[in-house]
Amino acid sequence: MSDLPPTAPEHKPGFLLTGVPHAEALQFIVVEIRAGETVCKVPYADHLVGNPDTGVVHGGVITSLLDNACGIAVGSKTMLRGQIATLDLRIDYMKPATPREDIFAFAECYKVTKNIAFVRGLAYHTDRNDPIATCAAAFMLGTKNAKGANVGGGG
Amino acid sequence: MEIIKRAIAEGRKPDLQALVDAIPYCRFLGIEIDRKGNELTTILRFDKKLIGNPILPALHGGVVGAFLEVTAVIQLMLEAETEDLPKPVDIGIDYLRSGRPVDAYARATITKHGRRVCNVRAEAWQDERSRPIAALHGHFLIKPKDSDPT
Repeated sequence: MSDLPPTAPEHKPGFLLTGVPHAEALQFIVVEIRAGETVCKVPYADHLVGNPDTGVVHGGVITSLLDNACGIAVGSKTMLRGQIATLDLRIDYMKPATPREDIFAFAECYKVTKNIAFVRGLAYHTDRNDPIATCAAAFMLGTKNAKGANVGGGG
Repeated sequence: MEIIKRAIAEGRKPDLQALVDAIPYCRFLGIEIDRKGNELTTILRFDKKLIGNPILPALHGGVVGAFLEVTAVIQLMLEAETEDLPKPVDIGIDYLRSGRPVDAYARATITKHGRRVCNVRAEAWQDERSRPIAALHGHFLIKPKDSDPT
């Protein structure tokens, strides 16, 4: 867990995403963040493998990374202190991840309405023009708490 | 995968729990299989590391998505004619309720079985089957028996 592989050259080391238990379990790292945009990274690890014969990372890891990156992009755009909730997430898988390489995710929140934030993103190793996967997601804004408070006023 | 090839060589379907146990990420998530004949339910055992929102608390959206994807793949391994693990082409996940910090269950159905691609739907729930927490639809590439070895 301590020996993280070196990051891709174009990114700074970043910081470990804390406060989200699953992100910590997968060692998600925020390498870039600005209003409405983020780049996150998941370091390659043996327990993330989806095919033990090839060592290719499971698609579910990419789902988690993209979902989390999209959420961060929304948070950085809206600066809302309230909770956000993923409404839907669509992922297109372009190619398998390369074994033993870190995976980066870029996410961009390109539109925010009163209730909804729209995000697109992609997962890649080094080249964003040769993605592992692309995604599109919609988030509900201002979902205050778990007890079903209908703060957002519906979709 | 080796475990699948061995089963096919012996003229049987692979043991699905053994298959899931052979996949490191499925073991990490804690996915179990409950098979009653041709009825298959996957179980996601709750663990703190699956939490995405500690304030609510709620399961991580990616965990729920991954769980549904695994459920779809396992259903395909049971029903579809494929010589290797199906590969996701695209998936769409609708998040219907927040996943509470308890076990979750899921089932999948194959909507369309094509020669190379299958369309699958899957649904996850916790206490009440009629109150799903998330639904997935997706396309998966399968490897038919007589396909090119490419």
